[in-house]
Amino acid sequence: MEMLSGAEMVVRSLQDEGIEHIFGYPGGSVLDIYDAIFQSDKIEHYLVRHEQAAVHMADAYSRSTGKVGCVLVTAGPGATNCITGIATAYMDSIPLVVLSGQVPTFWIGDDAFQETDMIGVSRPVVKHSFSCRTAEEIPMAIKKAFYIASTGRPGPVVIELPKDVQNPLNKFPYEYPESVSLRSYNPTLSGHKGQIKRAVAALLSARKPVLYVGGGAIIANASKQVLELAEKLNLPVTNTLMGLGAFPGEHKQFIGMLGMHGNYEANKSMHNADLIFSCGARFDDRVTNNVEKFCPHAKIMHIDIDPTSISKNIHADLPIVGSVEVVLQQMLDLIDETQATNDSESINAWWDQINEWRAKDCLAYKTSETHIKPQQVIQCLYKVTKGDAIVTSDVGQHQMVAAQYYPFKEPRQWINSGGAGTMGFGLPAAMGCKIAFPDRPVVCVTGDGSIQMNIQELSTCMQYNIPLVILLLNNRSLGMVKQWQKMFYGGRQSHSYMDSVPDFVKLSEAYNHIGIKVDKIEELEPALTRAFELKDRVVFVDVAIDPEEHVYPMQIKSGSMEDMYLSKTEKTDA
Amino acid sequence: MRRIIAVLLENESGALSRVVGLFSQRAYNIESLTVSPTNDKTLSRMTITTDVVNHAELEQMMKQLHKLVDVLRVTELTQSAHVERELLLVKVRTVGSEAREEVKRTCDIYRGQIVDITQNLYTIQLTGAGAKLDAFIATMDDASEIVEVVRSGVCGIARGDKALRA
Ligand SMILES: Cc1ncc(C[n+]2csc(CCOP(=O)(O)OP(=O)(O)O)c2C)c(N)n1
Ligand SMILES: [Mg+2]
Repeated sequence: MEMLSGAEMVVRSLQDEGIEHIFGYPGGSVLDIYDAIFQSDKIEHYLVRHEQAAVHMADAYSRSTGKVGCVLVTAGPGATNCITGIATAYMDSIPLVVLSGQVPTFWIGDDAFQETDMIGVSRPVVKHSFSCRTAEEIPMAIKKAFYIASTGRPGPVVIELPKDVQNPLNKFPYEYPESVSLRSYNPTLSGHKGQIKRAVAALLSARKPVLYVGGGAIIANASKQVLELAEKLNLPVTNTLMGLGAFPGEHKQFIGMLGMHGNYEANKSMHNADLIFSCGARFDDRVTNNVEKFCPHAKIMHIDIDPTSISKNIHADLPIVGSVEVVLQQMLDLIDETQATNDSESINAWWDQINEWRAKDCLAYKTSETHIKPQQVIQCLYKVTKGDAIVTSDVGQHQMVAAQYYPFKEPRQWINSGGAGTMGFGLPAAMGCKIAFPDRPVVCVTGDGSIQMNIQELSTCMQYNIPLVILLLNNRSLGMVKQWQKMFYGGRQSHSYMDSVPDFVKLSEAYNHIGIKVDKIEELEPALTRAFELKDRVVFVDVAIDPEEHVYPMQIKSGSMEDMYLSKTEKTDA
Repeated sequence: MRRIIAVLLENESGALSRVVGLFSQRAYNIESLTVSPTNDKTLSRMTITTDVVNHAELEQMMKQLHKLVDVLRVTELTQSAHVERELLLVKVRTVGSEAREEVKRTCDIYRGQIVDITQNLYTIQLTGAGAKLDAFIATMDDASEIVEVVRSGVCGIARGDKALRA
């Protein structure tokens, strides 16, 4: 058998797991692993400028490809710098394996230099974690980590590797396990047969159904089944912020995103539905509004691979534990077998009602002579990219506007931090996507606040020539915070205004990128066109937008799903 | 509602902290928690007593426990026939032979055992359900001066054929 050191085992195990890209930052406790990486020609390592960015890159690499993202960092501050990234992935169920160094085993507990209990610090935001105390444990720990990260409800897994365990002088027999099984961990994939029957019966007899599709449908690669079911039964479909792209954004049965900044027709349909069929969506508080007033007429059906997500916030009348893809396929097979269908007359009547709500055109907005509106920017982006770009975003008003005005055609095209709402996600996320898809246009829609949370990654872009477009909706403020202060805090703008926004064009140029400033609406389309034509450069497009614009619709706090502000002056009558 | 949850989990480092972390992270209440390896040394058996507001909370708690990668089985004991036991060690100070007699008598009534004696101190061992131990401590408090009390927390097992096994 081949003899390898612990450090070599780490690199070989990753290779044998099929890992091609890894994101990280070196330091004392992982130098042996970095030395082994130096000697490997199979793994491409990207050196970031801050470990948080490495995790976001690996995360978005995973979101855009469906593969597991992989990170390597040193002990102590290297490891703790990853926590925000790990928490971000955890909240959105993204599979990651994060390898962190640790002080030698014989120093653990002695407050040695750069000793941090990474297993303890990361515990609330990981799916699982391993600490390797001998080199021989490494291959199995890595095998298990990838297996756990990517199966069931995916999530991040941390592996801690003490320095002595990596020692290049000590060699051990190496063999990468072919498979792994854990007696304590067996995720359920297919749905209970009886529940499938009941679910089909309930769906077919519903008169006002809504298909409520979340990020779980994307993770499970269930878009095909969602589309087939929706079209077969003529069901209205709404997506969560995390589910955008799971159902085609321009499909006539798509009624828009739902929730806090959801479409009028989507929220109205939910509230008035008689059946809500959740496919991989978890009734998040950003969707339900006040749970006491949530969808009073609806029977709730819920497919989720994670049993804890079912009946956590909203009681499910018909729970089905399983993968969205497998369960929907089971339902489709049963529908085909029985040739059963729903009552098209009542469904048509339901559509008449929905179309009335649609006619309100809740996303219409007023343009202005003096200011560029953020909605115009996203619509222009859609036009220039023909709707084909991978769009990552940061967190704030610009994120909501991107979600509302860029109808995503396919899953894994919209990459955002939905569960954690992590500002600073957008730029490294775009880099991770571009590395995964070098031939596709990738754009990061960002805000003047968010971009500055990981702006140092412009340097990483320079080093590896990762060409992408950064589209900054610059409102010279923490817009989303300001919107809340305007609406709920008597307009007191406590620390939401940024007095010193840098010159982003000069900043981009300092990193040898191209910066374009846009102040007038007529400059917008030419600027974006040029940005996407410059295929081998990072182009930073800084668009001055109307700082007073708010995001609407917006649900009214403590109300039901259908209670919404529709503009600064209009709200639904509750 | 007081509930007793029995958990079978991998006997691995970190497993206990994940369970305890889960309870504090989700603001669940722990009244007592006991854990020890089973006859199969690769497994640990844990008994958790908790106070839940309703059935939904209990169900969510059990699902969350089960979701932990190390956890093999989770069951709730109080909803069917079960045995629960707790071990009490109590050290009391007595002065005078009358008081000593009183302590000895109470101890016999409760079927406790005196496991250590010094000139003025008795250490008594008693097992039973929590309420019995509470009553014993109250009685002892009258009969003597309690110096220290240590309780193991509840261990529980289902009666009859039911078993929690890998
Ligand atoms: C790391 C982090 N800190 C704080 C927040 C709270 N927060 C949410 S949106 C927002 C403002 C974002 O400003 P900007 O990036 O300029 O976007 P805009 O809303 O102006 O489009 C803030 C501070 C957050 N989501 N993430
Ligand atoms: Mg801003």
